[in-house]
Amino acid sequence: MTVALRPTSLSEALDALGANGAVAVAGCTDLMVVDHAPARAHATVVDLSRLPELRGVREDSGGLWIGAATTFAELRESKLVRERFPIVAEMAGTIGALQIQNRATVGGNIANASPAGDSLPVWMALDAEVEIAGRSGSRRVPYDEMHRAYRETALAPGELIVGLRLPAADEALEQRFRKVGTRAAQAISKVVVALAARVHGDELHGLRIAAGSVAPTPVRLRAAEALVEGQPLTPDLAAAAGLAAAREVTPIDDVRSTADYRRFVLARTVRRMLLACQGGEA
Amino acid sequence: MALSSPLSPLGQSPPRPDGPGKVTGATRYLDDLEVPGVWYGATVRSKVAAGRIRRVDGDAARALGAVVVTAADLPGPNVLKVIAEDWPVLAAERVEHVAQPIALVAAPTRELARRAAAAVVVEVDAEPAVFETTDPATTLPSGRDRVLASCRSARGDASGALANPAVVVVEGVYSTGHQEHVYIEPQGALAIPDREGHFEVIGSIQCPYYVHGALEHLFGPGSVRVRQAPTGGGFGGKEEFPDMLCAHVALLARASGHPVKIVYERSEDINGTTKRHPSRVRVRTGHAPDGTLLAVEIDAVLDGGAFITLSPVVLSRAVLHAAGPYRCENVTIEGRALATNTAPNGAFRGFGAPQTQFAMERHMDRAARALGLDPLTIRARNAYRPGDVTPTGQVLGDDTSALECLRVAAERADFLRRWTLHERARAAFHLRGLPAPGIGLSLFWHGTGFTGNGERKMRSPVRLALLADGAVEIRVAATDFGQGTEVVLAQIVADALGCELARVRFAEPDTDRVPDSGPTVASRTVSVVGSALFEAGQLLANELARAGGVVADLLAGQDELVVEAHYEPDPTTDFDEATYQGTAYAAYGYGCDVVEVEVCPDSLATTVQRALFVADVGHAIHPVLCAGQLEGGALQAIGQGTIEEMRLENGRYLQDRLTSYLIPTAQDAPDMETILLEHPSTMGPAGAKGVGELPADGGAPAVIAAIENATGIACGDAPATAERLLADLLAGHVVPGGSSVDPFGLELAR
Amino acid sequence: MTTWNVRVNGREVSVEAPPMARVLDVLRESLGLTGSKEGCGEGECGSCTVLLDGRPTCACLVPIFQVEGRELCTVEGVAGTELDPLQRVMIEAGGVQCGACTPGIVVSLRALLDRDPRPTRAAVRESIAGNLCRCTGYERILRAVEELVGSEEADA
Ligand SMILES: Cc1cc2nc3c(=O)[nH]c(=O)nc-3n(C[C@@H](O)[C@@H](O)[C@H](O)COP(=O)(O)OP(=O)(O)OC[C@H]3O[C@@H](n4cnc5c(N)ncnc54)[C@H](O)[C@@H]3O)c2cc1C
Ligand code: FES
Ligand code: FES
Repeated sequence: MTVALRPTSLSEALDALGANGAVAVAGCTDLMVVDHAPARAHATVVDLSRLPELRGVREDSGGLWIGAATTFAELRESKLVRERFPIVAEMAGTIGALQIQNRATVGGNIANASPAGDSLPVWMALDAEVEIAGRSGSRRVPYDEMHRAYRETALAPGELIVGLRLPAADEALEQRFRKVGTRAAQAISKVVVALAARVHGDELHGLRIAAGSVAPTPVRLRAAEALVEGQPLTPDLAAAAGLAAAREVTPIDDVRSTADYRRFVLARTVRRMLLACQGGEA
Repeated sequence: MALSSPLSPLGQSPPRPDGPGKVTGATRYLDDLEVPGVWYGATVRSKVAAGRIRRVDGDAARALGAVVVTAADLPGPNVLKVIAEDWPVLAAERVEHVAQPIALVAAPTRELARRAAAAVVVEVDAEPAVFETTDPATTLPSGRDRVLASCRSARGDASGALANPAVVVVEGVYSTGHQEHVYIEPQGALAIPDREGHFEVIGSIQCPYYVHGALEHLFGPGSVRVRQAPTGGGFGGKEEFPDMLCAHVALLARASGHPVKIVYERSEDINGTTKRHPSRVRVRTGHAPDGTLLAVEIDAVLDGGAFITLSPVVLSRAVLHAAGPYRCENVTIEGRALATNTAPNGAFRGFGAPQTQFAMERHMDRAARALGLDPLTIRARNAYRPGDVTPTGQVLGDDTSALECLRVAAERADFLRRWTLHERARAAFHLRGLPAPGIGLSLFWHGTGFTGNGERKMRSPVRLALLADGAVEIRVAATDFGQGTEVVLAQIVADALGCELARVRFAEPDTDRVPDSGPTVASRTVSVVGSALFEAGQLLANELARAGGVVADLLAGQDELVVEAHYEPDPTTDFDEATYQGTAYAAYGYGCDVVEVEVCPDSLATTVQRALFVADVGHAIHPVLCAGQLEGGALQAIGQGTIEEMRLENGRYLQDRLTSYLIPTAQDAPDMETILLEHPSTMGPAGAKGVGELPADGGAPAVIAAIENATGIACGDAPATAERLLADLLAGHVVPGGSSVDPFGLELAR
Repeated sequence: MTTWNVRVNGREVSVEAPPMARVLDVLRESLGLTGSKEGCGEGECGSCTVLLDGRPTCACLVPIFQVEGRELCTVEGVAGTELDPLQRVMIEAGGVQCGACTPGIVVSLRALLDRDPRPTRAAVRESIAGNLCRCTGYERILRAVEELVGSEEADA
């Protein structure tokens, strides 16, 4: 039978995770889904919800630190998050429905590494850094390097996500988030896009656009970014960036949508989000 | 007009007696019952859509301590008798669809039952299967004929009229897909055996006597008592399918000697049970330049799945409603139900009528555009008036309210002005990046009760019992699975008796205690069962009056006095099944839905914002419940028209969980307004018409019409998912004025 | 088997269960609290909704070991000796049909109203977006809350 451990410190948790067949659990919204019932047969489950090191949202050298065990409901409710990173709060409000937001955690969303995970493109666009801890110490990984292949992350066995660091956001930081699902709530994304940039006149600088559900992992839309970066942003340029974005991704037909639809929507969404940065209607 | 006196409970909305149990969680549904010594059943199912069974071996499961039942172990015929006798209880030589039951196991715990089911060895030689009605194969791989049923209804000379060069001919092909019921309580049943080899079966079911009949066919007369547990939704899905599940638990109870329960997991429920019949309907109409219908020619094909089950009656209703509530002298409607290798498609709210009326309503919009008319004008020109004649030659009565529904709805929604505005403004929206607004409308009808002579043949009895404490107990097999049957029937009886509502009780539907008053289907409960109860109530009232109102005198020492009545159809009417001529239904309800949407300019996702439902229910006996039926039914139909998609992959539904088969949430549902019209029929109590199924007919065409008004995309297929709309756009399925969707990015999808 | 101590509907209870047993099964099978239903077992339908430390949660996705020492409120805990006004108005306004979704919806709405006694229609919709109802079309549920809020304002 499964042994459940409830460590109260990070080092205790890391030790427990060193055991064979041990698995971390947080909100269990991925782990407990019936299809994954075998997951419940793990020899040892290690609960992360009582680790003070993984909790909380706080200022961090001008930016923000978000603990991995923070739930999406807590993100939505955090004044700091809403003020500094409104797209994080917006994204959190699109995860499942309230019952899921009350349990699902940031760390679980990242570690689960679904290509449709809604938070992942947001962290990517905001140039987050992931704080990872293992028994041999801790390290920081730029979010761009977090997702290696389909459902494969930079985490080594026994490592945990401790938290995320978001670099400082000032007034000039434009942030946009767009999720396209089949229905208004409780929907897995068919396309999800996040964008961040600094606006200088009619130009965007430091532009980062990331998308989910259009490739085996969340992806930066680098070709689109390169077209727009530092250039006067015209409707034509926004359109060209949209097309470039659609061409640089590798979506598939699946139970939720089609590759064609995903490309079409990605192009139009990227165009629209770019125009919105210019005060266009979004 | 109304039979009710000012003091009558009719037209009030008293609280439903099952309410407190439901809001507190005290109500015990099937899986909530405590059953000492219960075992759990599980079902071993086919993984392939067609094939020959080579071997079924339960030894490993037995070794785990489970009992195993295969087709070889059946005591009687291996068939569930619905209309024909072709639906096996357990697959014997062949499997004909994915998830078809092959063997059953039962064990003392759920976990062990699951493991035992996995241990049963099944070897099947797969064969190529048939999934599309358009597949030219004339037989299934098993050799059975693909035509499960066919019928034809005709009046006048449609092909002659269509050949007239002065007639404007409009043609279109429309389709609808599989739809899952998604009752929130999954299917479940429990069988308790006794020493004499008899059973008590309790189920989450709509029709106790269907189950009773099916089990007597298997186990012999007098062998079974069937009770309905409080049932968490049905919508037709718990009409015929529970025959199968109840037979399974009974077989396991017999084999194990223990009470046995099966409650399906959601994905098992979706994979293994009935769906709404997919349809493909070709419509050709001929019009005068002002839009008047001169000819209608319809060819409807339903996908029946692997077995006949209820397809002939679903098809019949589909054909009888196909031409919609529109007058026309020349009509030909042909229908066929074809077999495919999927689970049998079956009863689902509306029973074929939503499919054909979807086609007709989308077609009316198409015809309007071809003629330069708007959706309102073409319908107003053709909607049935009193005295009009249906394709079966039935002369419609004074309560015919199609035009009135249309008028009230159009006025209330300011339909024409807004539709025209959106038509004109269409081009402007995408440029500004704003969601495109659209409004759409549908007009529809639905026959109340069984088709044709069905009620006459059944002559199903209802009973009322006067009890010593003065209470009156309703004894019918009509079941409540959400509709509020208990309170509505009590209102009717209290009205007939002129007594307090509180004096009337509702007996649990239990085949040992209530007569077979017919199944709870076809919107017949209030109209048919209610009429008979009203009659019984009057009989009882007369008896009571004769006894001077003194219950004890009337009972004269007996425990109870039982009166029985039957629904009496109008003796002057008849329906000829061979020619499809005559009175198809004793009454028709009419409805008009107006749906407003916004379509996202980038994703083509539809947001349904507002909906107006105008329905003639004859007499609203309980207005709150009536509105609830109309709104809930309409949202199912709006879901069918927008997001409820099922696709097959090797015969398995891709969308077989609630994470992938999506129904509208509270954030998807529009703000709703319901207006009840009362044009009393000569049929139901105080003129009530059926209300349960009517809303299933209107939501899908109205919402897709609204999408068309918003985007210019002319979609003839339900559901009009965003992906479907994109495909339509690429295929050039666009209204004559052009689409509002700016073409940016389309080349990516080509 | 391990013993877990949980506060359920205001009472301390101890139950035996394996650590990864679903709270839903423990409530239904060990504690006889069958008001919470299983409609999907994967967090989609909300018919198993309970409050975990006051927040709506799908009991089908919570292992029992994580609620040790915490507080659960199920639909059985909403009414006192009499129906909660929310429950009464749900019945009267037609917010209840088959009842399979009702316990979860009552729990979700009670949590909303405790936080926000005068919610907007949009907030009511959001609060039950994780509770699928296939019968009502939701309209009468929304109206039930509106009637309740309206009548409480009239009383105030
Ligand atoms: C009904 C429903 C709707 C949903 N809707 C959405 C949606 O709209 N958008 C979306 O993106 N997702 C959605 N999800 C999935 C979402 O809930 C999860 O991805 C969630 O964020 C996972 O977090 P958790 O805490 O529940 O993880 P758990 O289930 O506890 O764990 C998931 C995995 O992450 C690992 N893990 C957890 N925390 C850490 C950590 N700190 N370090 C390392 N590994 C860790 C676990 O070992 C496990 O492998 C939905 C899920 C459900 C059931
Ligand atoms: S049973 Fe828990 S959400 Fe459906
Ligand atoms: S009342 Fe039946 S599901 Fe909501």
